[in-house]
Order: sequence, then C-alpha cells, then structure tokens
Amino acid sequence: MTDIKAEFEAVPGVDPNAPLLEVTDLHVEFRTQYGVAKAVNGANFRLAPRETLAILGESGCGKSVTAQAIMGILDSPPGFITRGEVRYRGVDVLKLPENERRRVRANQIAMIFQDALSALNPVFTVGFQLGELFRMHRGMSRADAKKRSIELLDQVKIPAAASRVNDFPHQFSGGMRQRVMIAMALALDPEVLIADEPTTALDVTVQAQIMGLLAELQQQRNMGLILITHDMGVVADVADRISVMYAGKVVEEAPVYDIYSRPAHPYAKALLESIPRLDMKGQQLSVIKGLPPALTNIPPGCPFNPRCGYARDVCRQDPPPPPYTVAADRTARCHFWEEVVSS
Amino acid sequence: MSDPSVITSSEAPNTDVPTDPGGPLKTDKPRSLAGDAWRDLRRNWIFWAASVLVLIILLMAIWPTLFTSADPRSCALSRQYDGPSGSAYFGYNFQGCDTFARTIHGARASIQIAVVATLLSGLIALVIGMSSGYFGRWVDAILSRFIDVVLGIPFLLAAIVLAKRLSADPQNNGVWAVTVTLGVLGWTTAARIMRSSVISAKNQDYVAAARMLGAGPGRLMLRHILPNSAAPFVVVLTILLGINIASEATLSFLGVGLKGNAISWGISIAEASPYVRTAAAPLVWPSVFLAVTVLAFIMLGDAIRDAFDPKLR
Amino acid sequence: MFRYFVRRLLQMVLTFFGATFIVYALMFANQDDPLQALAGERPLPENQRQALTELYHLNEPFIVQYGYYMQGLLTGDFGRSLTGRQIGDMMADAWPVTIKLALMAIVIGATFAVTTGVISGIRRGGPFDTSTLVFTLVLLALPIVVLAPLAQLIFGIKFQWFPATAGRDATFFQLLLPAIVLGSLVVATELRVTRASVAENLRSDYVRTARAKGLSRRRVIGVHVLRNSLIPVVTLIGVDLGGLMSGAIVTEGVFNIPGVGFNLFRGIRTEDGPLVVGFVSILTIVFLVSNLIVDLLYAALDPRIRYE
Repeated sequence: MTDIKAEFEAVPGVDPNAPLLEVTDLHVEFRTQYGVAKAVNGANFRLAPRETLAILGESGCGKSVTAQAIMGILDSPPGFITRGEVRYRGVDVLKLPENERRRVRANQIAMIFQDALSALNPVFTVGFQLGELFRMHRGMSRADAKKRSIELLDQVKIPAAASRVNDFPHQFSGGMRQRVMIAMALALDPEVLIADEPTTALDVTVQAQIMGLLAELQQQRNMGLILITHDMGVVADVADRISVMYAGKVVEEAPVYDIYSRPAHPYAKALLESIPRLDMKGQQLSVIKGLPPALTNIPPGCPFNPRCGYARDVCRQDPPPPPYTVAADRTARCHFWEEVVSS
Repeated sequence: MSDPSVITSSEAPNTDVPTDPGGPLKTDKPRSLAGDAWRDLRRNWIFWAASVLVLIILLMAIWPTLFTSADPRSCALSRQYDGPSGSAYFGYNFQGCDTFARTIHGARASIQIAVVATLLSGLIALVIGMSSGYFGRWVDAILSRFIDVVLGIPFLLAAIVLAKRLSADPQNNGVWAVTVTLGVLGWTTAARIMRSSVISAKNQDYVAAARMLGAGPGRLMLRHILPNSAAPFVVVLTILLGINIASEATLSFLGVGLKGNAISWGISIAEASPYVRTAAAPLVWPSVFLAVTVLAFIMLGDAIRDAFDPKLR
Repeated sequence: MFRYFVRRLLQMVLTFFGATFIVYALMFANQDDPLQALAGERPLPENQRQALTELYHLNEPFIVQYGYYMQGLLTGDFGRSLTGRQIGDMMADAWPVTIKLALMAIVIGATFAVTTGVISGIRRGGPFDTSTLVFTLVLLALPIVVLAPLAQLIFGIKFQWFPATAGRDATFFQLLLPAIVLGSLVVATELRVTRASVAENLRSDYVRTARAKGLSRRRVIGVHVLRNSLIPVVTLIGVDLGGLMSGAIVTEGVFNIPGVGFNLFRGIRTEDGPLVVGFVSILTIVFLVSNLIVDLLYAALDPRIRYE
C-alpha cells in the first residue's frame, strides 16, 4: 500500500506526530435569501488513527454539514465556513489553496455517503468511477486503473469483481452499491474516513455486514473513522468515542462506555432514554419533547433549554455554556452536568 | 385568457400575507402555491412588462383606429416607397399603402386567429388529456398513441396540407381555415401536460377521499382535479398563443394562410420580402411588431411558469 | 437494449401508418372535387385530370386509395408533380443541398446552445446567465418568417458580410448565413434545457461524490455533469428536426437555395398539390426515422434505459 502514497508530500508542512485530525471551533453558515442559517456553531473534536468517533444527533443538527466542511465540499454559496480550523497532521486544510486542498481529498481524507444510488454517477460504470481515482491522482493508464479497481472490488467482497467492474451502479443491489462506495473511498488509502450515515438506506441485515466490513478495513489500514449517524445501536457496536451534536454544537464528547452508562448532557441523556429497550418492554417509550430550533433562529443561551428538564434561568441567557471538563477525555456543554451525571 | 392577471389573482386571494422585511421565513401558517406564485409574479418585472405589452397589443387589435386614422386599404401607386411623413410614420410600401396603418391593422387578424385557435386547442387538449389521464387503461393507451401519431407529423407540414385543403375555396380569405388548422394541430403538448397533471392529481389523497364520499367522475374532474392542473395548462396555452401568432404569419408567408384582401403581419412580410432591396421599412416594421407580440406572450408564459415552479426558485 | 429497440420500432411503424393516414386524409378525404383542390385555382386540362384520377385512384373507395398511396410510398414511387416531373427525381435532386444546410444548422445551433447553456447553468443567476435568458427570449420571439428576411436584409444586403442568396451548388460560405438562421431556431430550447439540466446536475449527489474524490472542477463539470446533462438535449434534437424542416421551407425560399424546402415552397406557391403531398409524406417518414435514431442514441447515452 505504501507505493501509492506518492502524493503524501503534496501536503506541505505535515507533522507525523501531530494528531491525525483535529477540528477546532468550526462555524458554518448558509446565507440564503430567507436569512442566515447557522448550521455549525463551534464544533470541536479530535480523531486518532484506528479510532472510531461517532457524531450523533437528530436530522438538521449540523453533522453532515460538519463532514462536508471537513472534506471541503460544501456548496458555496450558500455555505460558508466563517471560523475555525480543521487540522490534518497539524496542517489547517481550510487555509490550503484549492489545488492542494483537492489532493487532500481521497488521498488523506475520504468520505462515503448515505444513498449510494444517487451518490454514484448513473451513466458511468463502477469501473470507470473507481479507475478515475487512479488515473487522475496516480496518472495510471486505463488498463492499470481497471486492474486496481477489480482488486478493490475484491477487497470489499463483491463477488465476481472482474465482471462486475463493467456494470453500472443501478445494476447493483443496495448493499453492493454501498460496498462500491466504500471501495471508492478507500482507493487511495486515506488515513481518515468519514462515513455519513453509511447504512441508513439499507436493510438491517445488510447494515450489519457493511458495518462489519468497515470495521475490518479500518483495522487493516489503521484508519481513523468518523461515523455520522443518528442510530444509537450502530454507535454502541463500533464507536470508541461519541460526539453528540445539537443545533450545530458538540454538546457532549465522551468515550462510548461513559456516555452510555452516565451521560453528562441532558440531550445525550434524553437520546439514550429514547432508545427502545427489550428489558423495558411494555412501558411507555420516552420521547424528547418539542423540536430542534430552526437554524435561522437559535435561542440565546443553551440551544437545548426550551426542551430541557434541567433548564434554569442561566440556561436561557447568553453566553451559552462552555465545554466543561467532566473527566480527562470528556466534555459537556451544560451548566448542570454534575447534576445530570449523578442522576 | 385576454387578461393574464385574472388567471392568477383568482387563485391567489391571500395577497395580504405580510411581507415583513425584518423577519422573513418566520410565518408558520402554510402558504398556498398559488399565493406564493402570485407574490413572486408581482415582484417580477418581466411579468409586468409582458402584461403591459399584451394589453397594448390587444387594444391595437380591438380598436386599431385609436392608433391610426389612415385607411390601410387605400393605396396609391403614386406614393410607392414614399418615405415616412407626419401621418404615415413608416412610409409607404411598393403598392403605395401606408405601412404604419397596415401594421396596426395587421394585429387584429393575427390576434383573433391566435386566440380562437388557442381556445380550440385548449378545448381539445382538455378533453383528450383529461380522459386519458382520468380513465387510464385502454382509453389512455389509445389516446396516448393518437397523440404520438399527431406528434409524428412535423407541425408546419401538417398545417400546410390542412390549411391548403381548408382554404381551397377561393371565396374566403382564409381566416377560418388558418384558425381551424392551428387549433386542430396545436393541442398535443397541452394534452400531454393535462394528462400528466391529472394522473398525479388523481393519486392525491384528497381526490381519493372525494371519490370515497361518492363524488362522480364529472364532479371529481371539475371540482377537485381541474383546479390543481390549471397552472401548467394555462402556461402552455399562453405560450401556444405566441406560437400561433408566429405560425399564422408563417402560413400566410408561404401562401396557404390568409389571402385576398386580408391584412396581417405575415402577409405584409411576404409581400415586402421580394422588394427588400428597394425598401426595407415595409418588411422591418411588421416583423418587429410580430416579434414583440410573440415575445410578450412567451415572456408572460415564462413568468407564470417560473412562479409556479418552486424547483427553479 | 434489443427489447427496447423492438418496442420503439413497433411504435414507429404504428406512428408511421397513423401519420401518413392523417396526411392523406387531410388532403383527400371528403372533398367534392379533390383534383381541383389539388390544382388550386389554376385550370385543370382534361388529360391531366384523367392522369391524376388514375394516379390517385380517385374512382376507388378512400381506404383503397390510401392503400395505393402507401404502396407507392413503400416502393419509392411518389408520383408526378403537376409539371410532369417524377417527385422521386425532384427529391433526389434537392436532397444534397438541404442535408448540407441542415447538418450545418444542427452543428452550429447545438454547439452554441450547449456551450452557452453549460456556462449559464454553472453561473446561474449571474449577469452572463441573465443576458442569455434575455437572448433566448428574443430568439424564441423571432419566428423564422421574421428571422430569415431580416437576416438577409441586415447581414446579406446592408452589411454584405455574407452572400444574400445561395444557388444550386452553394458553397459552405454561401450556406453559412442560412444555416445560422436555421440553427437559431433550435438554439433557444436547447440552450434552456442544457442550462436547466446542468444546474440540476450540479446539485446532485454524484457531483458531491466526484468532488469528494478530489477531482478538479474542470473534470467534475466536463465529464460527470456534462455527460448527464447531454441526455435530455439529445432527445430534443429529434423533436427539433420537425422544426428544422418547417424552417427550411422558409429559409430556402428566402435565400433561394434549391433544396427540398425550396421545392415545397414553390409547390405551395404554384398550387402543385401532388408535389406538396409527396414531399410532405417523404419528410414525415424522414422525421419518424430520425426520431427512431435519436431514441436509440438516447439509449446509448443512458445506461438506465439500455438495461431496462
């Protein structure tokens, strides 16, 4: 795998000892004719090799936008990164010129998307779309690129890869298509993989296969994996650490075991309580009251305060709660985290 | 059909939606598509420009004497190619007729033919498109094939054959023949639009609900399906109006349209083009009027479509 | 692919019979004196009258007449014009220059429309886009009867940039102005469809994927977006052919190009009914066949159709 790392030097100033990926105070807003939607308002997290970080939250909480901002594929306009840093091995990729930034994509940071059917180009064969990576980034010939593509399809366990390489995306089943997506993301051996709801569109049995494949490939390749999802079940199985996002902010970041046993933020707690559990069968399912705030109109103070059982006056006023340190590798943006943890 | 604002204002009564500039998008009450469309339209300068043009053209067609007192039929060879003067702004043509008067009076035939032909096409499209969409199955199969067959003949070629046939009687001046020709051949696009919007409306829950409450096919179509298919249909017909004006001119130009002593833009263009090297004005002015009229209707149709198509906003 | 082809072919056969039947019926059904109608206002000598009665089998029932007419069409016998020439021969004479003109028009029109449409679609809402929008509106508003004489007047006669007319063995340059006029007929719709399709594809998920793959903007647009955006444009070209035929009648008439359209133009003016019916029938067949070809092209461009 090392021979295809030729473009590693393409990112100047990389420090091999710096953290793999570090997102600091990331702010993203969408400027539309109807007003400014603040989609991400200070996202912070860090990722190490072989680590799996899950970003968890309801739809519209800014998790996909965060991923797109890291990748540098936000639609701009209307999306703008207004503040923050995304450091890959110490280099702030947001400050790189576009042609260098472009090489970071797929080479160092790759991404897989939710709906593989629409995320793959319908009029090109999967072989073309995979081979394109080798041809454009590695200058390979069509024949070599095709050979590599077949190898890749093999690695993601697509049967009869040599013949399926000439098929079009719509000729694959949903699970197989997602495997093609994964192959495409891993083609250039990236160090960071962002998976945006990779299994949401799939059947439950296929979901497990895909997650298993991802975990396996991650271990083989020492990748850091950012898993974006709203599915708490998936998270518990594979994640090492969790970032819970709400209204564009990471409200709690913690190792997976800690957060499942004793959440420190009321929102995380509420999310956990809303998972249907077998041992609670017959009891009423708890739901979170109300709706997440409109991103054009985020309430002052803690954004969760209108829906929060712990909220007091201080929660309704600016400044919003800072990330309190709960434990060594654990933060929560709640003034009353101690109360929440102990309850 | 004549006043485009009627189309939208009847569907868009809630013009009192506050346009508060400070906090947009905070209105929680559901806004209707027609209401949205009307608010969009009101801000669209293209819509207003087109409406004003259409009004002026209609006025010209109804009261040409408002614009000129000269008689377009009084021609004198002694005035052949005379330049513009105080009364004849565009000068005289090769027969010594007042070009300005002929251009103004030309509006009537063009507009009259286009409007009646469009209404005829609309009626045919309504019946065929609705039956096809509503009854489905073999009715749809047969009617859709029929539409394909009609679309299989290049429009102008069919129009030439039909108009030639209808105007075979040397007595008439061709107005009736051209109107029927355009009306009978121009309905296909509108019918297809009608068909697809009926099909999509048919599957809506509120239509199913009305059917379960015992509404018959006639009532279902008129009260429940038609109002929701109206917008795209009106757009197609508005544009068709512009196309019909152009088609009339083309047929007249080719010699299968209006004839005899009829006055229309197409005839003026046809008459003037052989002599264009000697005098350009008799060709240019009817051309300009024709183009502006077609433009006005197409702009109007475009503006309404854009307003009703939220995808393009 | 094969099933798609067979289905389209069957549909075309059906449309073919329907369309020719309509053309024939429009011309001949329920007429008191179809021969006089064919000849229009000019007097019809008895010998010609007899010849025509025999040619069109007018003493037979209508459906038999149509049968003979179809037989003629299928065997390449299109009858004679009132001037006595074989319509098939006239057609053969007229084709080359018309095909040249039409090809030039399609290439000029499509190239301009697609290029401008792509730029417009990328810079949606910008000044370039707005001016193209105005431009297409103006083009749409200029019917060929306005465009052809005006273009001849302005560019051929006033500025003399181009020859005002073209003759039998017209050169590329002589055909250029008529071809631009004819091509501009299809520019507006093709440009608008390209623009809308590019704008829509730019927002699609697969474009996001292509960007995530670290492809250059040029490649994302030039390969991924363009290939998808061309699909609807290609289908339009089939429909546009009908418009081109109509346009060719006026354009060839105005610029004096002795092609198919010119013959038809003269046939209409001289009230040569058999010539008009014969030419219209042939053009209808050409239109149907080209639409079949475009359908197949469509399938070649869109794998989702191909493997249906």
